[in-house]
Amino acid sequence: MPLITSSKTQPSYDVIVVGSGAAGGQTAYTCAMNGAKVLMLEAGRNYDPVAETPMFQTNAQAPLGGTSTPDKPFGFHDATIDGGWQVPGEPYTSASDDPARKFWWWRARMLGGRTNHWGRISLRNGQYDFKPKSRDGLGFDWPIDYKDVAPYYDKVEMLVGVYGTAEGLENTPDSPPGVLQPAPAMRAGEQYARARGKKLGLPVVSIHRAVLSMKQDAVGIPPKLHPNNPKAQRILAESMRARQACFWATPCGRGCSIKANYQSTTVHLPPALATGNLDIVPNAMAREVTTDASGKATGVIYIDKTTGQENTVKGKVIVLAASSAESVRIMLNSKSARFPNGIANSSGKVGKYIMDTVGASLQGHIPALENLPLHNEDGAGGGHTYVPWWLYKEQLAGKLGFARGYHVEFESGRRMPNLGTGAGLEALTNGSYGRQFKEDARRYYGSMIGFAGRGDMIPNDDSFCDLDPTVKDKWGIPVLRFHWKWSEHETRQAKHMQDTFASLIEAMGGTVRAKPQADGAKAIEPGGKIIHEVGGTIMGADPKTSVTNQWCQTWDVKNLFVTDGGPFCSNADKNPTLTIMALAWRASDYLLDEMKKGNL
Amino acid sequence: MTPADPISNPARMDRRDAIKWMMTAAASAALLDRDAFGATPADPKNAKGYGTDPDVVKVYKPGDVWPLTLTSAQRATAAALCDVIIPADAKGPSASTVNVPDFIDEWISAPYPGHDDDRKVVLAGLTWIDQEAQKRFGNDFVNLIGRQKAAICDDICFVPKAKPEFRAAAQFFTRYRNLTAGGYYTTPEGMKDIGFTGNVAIEKFEGPPPEVLKKLGLV
Repeated sequence: MPLITSSKTQPSYDVIVVGSGAAGGQTAYTCAMNGAKVLMLEAGRNYDPVAETPMFQTNAQAPLGGTSTPDKPFGFHDATIDGGWQVPGEPYTSASDDPARKFWWWRARMLGGRTNHWGRISLRNGQYDFKPKSRDGLGFDWPIDYKDVAPYYDKVEMLVGVYGTAEGLENTPDSPPGVLQPAPAMRAGEQYARARGKKLGLPVVSIHRAVLSMKQDAVGIPPKLHPNNPKAQRILAESMRARQACFWATPCGRGCSIKANYQSTTVHLPPALATGNLDIVPNAMAREVTTDASGKATGVIYIDKTTGQENTVKGKVIVLAASSAESVRIMLNSKSARFPNGIANSSGKVGKYIMDTVGASLQGHIPALENLPLHNEDGAGGGHTYVPWWLYKEQLAGKLGFARGYHVEFESGRRMPNLGTGAGLEALTNGSYGRQFKEDARRYYGSMIGFAGRGDMIPNDDSFCDLDPTVKDKWGIPVLRFHWKWSEHETRQAKHMQDTFASLIEAMGGTVRAKPQADGAKAIEPGGKIIHEVGGTIMGADPKTSVTNQWCQTWDVKNLFVTDGGPFCSNADKNPTLTIMALAWRASDYLLDEMKKGNL
Repeated sequence: MTPADPISNPARMDRRDAIKWMMTAAASAALLDRDAFGATPADPKNAKGYGTDPDVVKVYKPGDVWPLTLTSAQRATAAALCDVIIPADAKGPSASTVNVPDFIDEWISAPYPGHDDDRKVVLAGLTWIDQEAQKRFGNDFVNLIGRQKAAICDDICFVPKAKPEFRAAAQFFTRYRNLTAGGYYTTPEGMKDIGFTGNVAIEKFEGPPPEVLKKLGLV
């Protein structure tokens, strides 16, 4: 990819985007395709998925059989570079020593950020998800409705390519005909769960994931996404032709050299660069947003990690898309006489209401799946199936004891063996070894199924981040300090997940691999562990109680936007990335329009 | 997402058992570990990991990133035990022929948290099993015939049924079997043996074939 160094930046840009993941990628794409001159700052190194993705490498070809280590928390072949819940030299702190009060902050320091390794699950927020307070009295309503975002969901799904089906389920929006790609067939265990889950009332349906199950329509889609913009249409068509359909092998978390799945580095950045309107400076650690006497944002100060030098770049509009907490950090560090508590923080809400997704999981052994005839179940390198939340009515009637729902993700099938293959079978094999063990390993391979719940978290006053008063990172930048607490709505939900998984495993004629956790506070994963970090710069209708308006534009500084997950004012069970992209596109359209009108 | 870390939480022996057992094993280690005299094995504590930005496309083998540390005597015992757990049969080779002992050596020599615990357990276990072989049959484990090896392994292959005096050894055996299986089933031969047929590009994913659906009662 053509990239530039600090010394090659232009004197000024229309838009400076901090971050290159789902939010930064979408923002830069929309702005550059519409003619704005854009500079992107990325804190990590350049990354080329075409050259750097281990597509068919087996686990035995990696150190330690590819298992996770502190250097590579998702395993050796995972796409993440210089990232994890800990990044050397870039600490964060916790206000409490209590493990239940700690937040795990994941970062990836690489071009494309977390989009290179993410699960690609792409679910739309539903109507209820934008107006949760109106429904159950908790948390906040968004200042927008589903219908405001729906056109952008359509556009993003067509751009990145999402497979899935239309099921007509409550608060689980379907996409219009022609938008989604065909869903892949369900695997054996997924189909078996669907059949056996019926008596529990569980709707086991095709999941939506950002993976091309077929080549994109490079003729039909570009005019829909960029009407009256022939240059953008031509560039997007070329970019779509350069992407291949999935060949049903290798896990998506490694990234994709054939560009079959969505990552910013294969889908957003190549066409944005092809416009000639985008410069990217990698290894650029943003520290603060600069302002002038009138309180307008003027640029960004960053540390060039290759030289250690401090640099300033100028822009008419500044967009923070650094991940919600990193954007908070930049804002809190952008102090001046006019903004003594950090930029755009007159509400005092910058850093407040950070959220993650509720997570809990359980594994089961399903005898019916033993000794199945050999067949290839690799599929789309991730799940094909999920269970959308199905108890809306019971919940609304107050029968569940917690206010918000969750969906269920699956891990099943005859996946590429890893270090867990053949391990931990003693309870089933009475400790066999030798030829009997080999028979047992074949028998049980593929007969284990795992269920993971992913649930809504309600924002609360105890979950926020601020600047640590003393600790700085190796660049001398003050670091974040996290405060965290789950409410009973989340811990009870985690308990409910455990019961659901156990019931489903039982319905499949199986047995749980570990006793379901009766205490939700023990079942729930730590905050941040699911890596669905949102909130911290919530949007709202009132400048006194929110940081941005419905356009992700800060109330206090009209040429400062936040397009990552920060403006989320609730965190539905739906994985946030698709919504981040839809809102970033929507914010970018608004920003371009306002810029044209001279309002910024 | 959560990281796939299938074997980071093995059934650990409790601390008191482990210490007692390792001290007993260590007392006679020098007598058994002939290579220890005059040889200075690399110390895993000084080794470095592969870092947060390794070349992930490259193909690695044990010893490429940090030094292996088993002595040749330990390695012989390790290989013999690997092959008791995974011998050759009609569907696949034995564990040692696909270099599983190298994998185990890499594992216990790795500079990451948790590996040092495994190192202690595995080295003590290998020492113990040679001691036990000497005690029962007057020979090192590697030189025992199949029946003799089985006599020892039968006593330690399943923790819940192991007699108290074999409990710690059974915990070692459980861990060692997991490592051997992981090392074996990730190799091309092991993947074929267990019936994995993927990791190949295909035109269309059609889901399970009819015979699978039939077996599951889904047709």
